[in-house]
Amino acid sequence: MSHEKPKLIGDDGRRVDGRGPADLRPIHIEVDVLANADGSAYVEQGGTKVLAAVYGPKEIHPRHLGLPNRAVLRCRYHMAPFSVEVRKSPAPSRREIELSKVIREALEPALFLEYYPRTAIDVFIEVLQADGGTRCASITAASLALADAGIPMRDLVAACAAGKVEGVLVLDLCDLEDKYGEADVPLAMMPGLGRITLLQMDGLLTPEELKECIKLAMDGCRKIYSMQKEALRERFLRIRREVEAAEAAEGGAGG
Amino acid sequence: MRWMAREPVISRIKKKRILQLISQGKRADGRGLLDYREITVEKGVIRTAEGSAMVCLGQTEVVVGIKVGLNTPYPDTPNEGILTVNAELVPLASPTFEPGPPDERAIELARVVDRGIRSSRAIPLDRLCIVPGKRVYIVFVDIYILNHDGNLVDASALAALAALSNTKIFGYQIDEEGRVLLDKSIWRPMELQNWPVAVSVANIGGELVVDPCLDEELAMEAKLTITVDKDGRVCAMQKSGPGSFSAEQVVEAIDIARDKAAELRSMVMG
Repeated sequence: MSHEKPKLIGDDGRRVDGRGPADLRPIHIEVDVLANADGSAYVEQGGTKVLAAVYGPKEIHPRHLGLPNRAVLRCRYHMAPFSVEVRKSPAPSRREIELSKVIREALEPALFLEYYPRTAIDVFIEVLQADGGTRCASITAASLALADAGIPMRDLVAACAAGKVEGVLVLDLCDLEDKYGEADVPLAMMPGLGRITLLQMDGLLTPEELKECIKLAMDGCRKIYSMQKEALRERFLRIRREVEAAEAAEGGAGG
Repeated sequence: MRWMAREPVISRIKKKRILQLISQGKRADGRGLLDYREITVEKGVIRTAEGSAMVCLGQTEVVVGIKVGLNTPYPDTPNEGILTVNAELVPLASPTFEPGPPDERAIELARVVDRGIRSSRAIPLDRLCIVPGKRVYIVFVDIYILNHDGNLVDASALAALAALSNTKIFGYQIDEEGRVLLDKSIWRPMELQNWPVAVSVANIGGELVVDPCLDEELAMEAKLTITVDKDGRVCAMQKSGPGSFSAEQVVEAIDIARDKAAELRSMVMG
């Protein structure tokens, strides 16, 4: 394993993967990908691949964990052992426990938990392949899985990181940029409502650079938001196509 | 999800009163919205630790003890010492703290304090290497919450900084077989390169409030902890709590944190 810091910004101003500073990686989103879950979504963002599933609202076990005035939202962010270069133990690490908490708190403002007292809503997130920005891709996927489960929401939650790499403020850091860059600012928001629901920062930035990063990340979230809506629309169009195809087949057989 | 903490509850009448007062720019304990509670910092409270400090933030009490040992370095940083931050929400500090492995609150607390120290490079980890790739110093920062009345992060970060600033690094000897052993007859002080201070700003009913007490934390939407280094740069940030912030509030909170951090820092330096 080499510990040399690779060159992250080329002489032409391009990043390691050829992107400009404010470019997102290629994103692919699919909704309703798991048969058993009440809602599910899959997000690919560059080399990051994340699967999210929602079960609930459902009866909570053990019963004493239930709340009389609202549903309990539970969230598990987990990385597959094969998702990183060196095998990760499948037991939840301290990092995963912290991220499970901040992801839950990023999703919670979007939900009408008060509609479902004494129940649980479980969100399970599996990172299948990690290449930076996994917590953000997880939030993007989980909020779609919640919508897919038909749980009433104030807005979708979209997430994206910004940061600083070799003095340049950049959007959507990949793993190399996160590891060797100067700062990482993951941010989640409800773009329709303009509310920030997750904000973390690691590294060193002047307040001016930090404010610039927040602006950059919010722009990224808005782009991801429109892709989320498109993916959700596609999920329902798919049903319509299936119904129409079935009707056509039936009509053909009957006539 | 075994690590989830059970939230304490606040009575509706108390929450309503807190929100009502804050909307008038007042607080239940008479503070202004941007005032900290009374802070006391006492260094060197534990003789058996290589460094220690106790911080009281109103009724919140935190002790941080530093232990320094020897270890093999991480393979990706063979020339650097190791920093480990751990937090214990000891059951005597609050009816909501239970014995057992650290829950998500304790882990988040330790990791936010860790990020501030690490990102600002407060500890000169490169100076804690003894034999590259073989033997380095390991610095354990153990945060012990003794009484919980809110804003554990700011109190813990301040106590950790005060304790580190008062830490002894023992010397070492290398025996004939090449083993590295601590030599407690000599020591040098740990010299800090930076002074990161955490400032938490809560969003309570749309108003920004500094240093929330426990009741205020139970009434708040969310809080944003911003850790600022000695040069006024931000070195860590964490939004915590079930609610949200507007972009304008975040920008305002960053400016508040920069001012407040300078005030707090003067209490631990020198």
